Amino acid sequence: MSAVSNYLTRTRGKNSLHVTDMLTYLYLSLGTIIMFGPVLWLIISSFKSSGEVVKFPPRLLPYQQEMVTIEGYDEPLPLFNATLEDGSVRQLAQVRRIGLESQLVDPANPEEIIKVPIDQREPVEQVVFSLANYQEGIQSFNFARYLWNSVFVTVMATILTLLVNSMAAFALSKYKFRGRNTIFIIMISTLMVPISVILVPIFLVITQVGWNNTLIGIIVPGAATPTGVFLLRQYMLTIPDELIDSARIDGASEWRIYLQIILPLARPALAVLMIFSIMWRWNDFLWPKIVLTQSELFTLQVGLQTFQSDLTIQWHLILAMTVLTMLPITFVFAFLQKYITTGIATTGMK
Amino acid sequence: MTRAASRIFSPIYDIIVAILDVIFGSLQRLIGITNMAYVFVLPNLLIFGIFILFPVILNFFYAFTGSTEFLLADRPYVGTQNFDQLFDCGSFLDPNSCREDLFWRAVFNTAGYVVFQVSLMVIISLFTALILNRKIKARGFFRSVFFYPVLLSPIVVALIWKWILQENGLFNGVLDGLGYDKVMFLTNVGWARFWVIIISVWAYMGFYTLILLAGLQAIPTTLYEAAQIDGATGWDAFRKITLPLLRPTMLVVIILSLIRAVQIFDIIFAFTRGGPGTATLTLVQYIYDIGFASPARRFGTASAASILMAGVLVVATLMQLYINREEN
Repeated sequence: MSAVSNYLTRTRGKNSLHVTDMLTYLYLSLGTIIMFGPVLWLIISSFKSSGEVVKFPPRLLPYQQEMVTIEGYDEPLPLFNATLEDGSVRQLAQVRRIGLESQLVDPANPEEIIKVPIDQREPVEQVVFSLANYQEGIQSFNFARYLWNSVFVTVMATILTLLVNSMAAFALSKYKFRGRNTIFIIMISTLMVPISVILVPIFLVITQVGWNNTLIGIIVPGAATPTGVFLLRQYMLTIPDELIDSARIDGASEWRIYLQIILPLARPALAVLMIFSIMWRWNDFLWPKIVLTQSELFTLQVGLQTFQSDLTIQWHLILAMTVLTMLPITFVFAFLQKYITTGIATTGMK
Repeated sequence: MTRAASRIFSPIYDIIVAILDVIFGSLQRLIGITNMAYVFVLPNLLIFGIFILFPVILNFFYAFTGSTEFLLADRPYVGTQNFDQLFDCGSFLDPNSCREDLFWRAVFNTAGYVVFQVSLMVIISLFTALILNRKIKARGFFRSVFFYPVLLSPIVVALIWKWILQENGLFNGVLDGLGYDKVMFLTNVGWARFWVIIISVWAYMGFYTLILLAGLQAIPTTLYEAAQIDGATGWDAFRKITLPLLRPTMLVVIILSLIRAVQIFDIIFAFTRGGPGTATLTLVQYIYDIGFASPARRFGTASAASILMAGVLVVATLMQLYINREEN
């Protein structure tokens, strides 16, 4: 509590809370609501029952009608607060509904049936965070398959990206060879060529190589990122050449120098690139959407988009699946946010 | 890594390294130290050449050949016909008079989106960065707050907002509670365009805020102290110190956000699918639609459109850089 009050009463001047301070914190609080609110609303909604999800106006928390098991009835019965003819309100369980009339019983006295018009009863509800949507969604959505595809693509692509980019960056930063500048300039100039510009020809290449409808077809093309090479090269330039020279004198091969001197020293830059690669690959949509047409190969993003564009939108399932899709990246963010933010701030890329 | 995992993986790793040692070692003896550079650069260069550089060149072949055939050998040379078709317009201001009316709708939608989205993005990001640069508590926390949506996938972002804005969603619930009628945010042309801009700003602003914040923090505080001694107000300091010194960072932000805005696709695709009608159809979706999603795949037109888009991107970038040089 003291931290909160400290925070609230922090001032720009010595003692008084300056008006600009108040506006600052007002802006930040508002920003927090706008940034987190929608995500929170999605998460809360994902615990609602399928009936509750389509209810209008929506309620803040997930409610569920209370059920009671009564002797003599196989199924649990829904509980209602029924207003009787004499004006008294009693908590009763509904046995069946016939037209506009509802037949209810008292859980304490299941023999006697009380008849009440349906507009004279209110369901008894309680807040329940139900996992039913998640269970149903995982079955009907083939979640495990899509998750596996996404994880496979993300991990493989990240390993491949780190390997080929770091090797190229090593060559471009530590060797003087003919064509070095040409290679570097061509790579940098394609920094601005997004995949959306070369969709048709890159699809032709993939088809000719035979990678259409394969996961490798979405792993490999993006692996030689010019951004990655550039980032790693700039970092490796700061590694002193003397280290390499002395290693050579000690008889180390070039491969050993790359593996045991360059890679460990470039670890901070590799970490930044790794995080970026995970983000790129996990969230990638357009390219997987074009390469993959068989649903068992879909990644989570493609699967989710296809799922939600089906004619009958089943919101309760989509909500749960969306939460599951964003969970991994949220965890990555929670643990690595410091590295991510400083990484982006220093390199200016995403 | 846990000890158990490393016990499993380290022998495998050692074996791989040993094998590579033999390969690379003999290679090095064969070609010499300096030429090893080519070996290191080769894998990246191969992937880059085959999947980026080669397609860039191929794109022109597609743009100047016709028919719906996919293989280049089957496609007849048609000269500039694909481009002519795209520019075949009665009046360039009226998409209905154009042969490729969808292309021009996409162009106008994208242009409108770019103008509003980029300006809104720059203003909000700059303002947020300035706020975060003040002496505030928990700066790290608030920085992450604004940054968090950047990590969410475009599909997830679109679904989060679709859920809020749909007919029976949260916003309509609030409107209903206040006694207003429901608003069809997703199927009304004006609202759909409006929300597409807002959502993408929501999703990406944290990224640009972060870059601007880094730029702000690089400005030496001694400058502000000196200005204060000279009697400058906060506004003076902002205009005379912050803005000029932030110019390079601002340029990066404007170029990056511009380039990304021109190529916007997935958020809108999952949010409105270009609808209602063609109200939020963008250039990349147009290219995707005619090249990959329609029964008769018109690769030539798609390539021609993508080359035009790339041209716009290059020109925009060069112009920004030129203006900046001019003013310095």
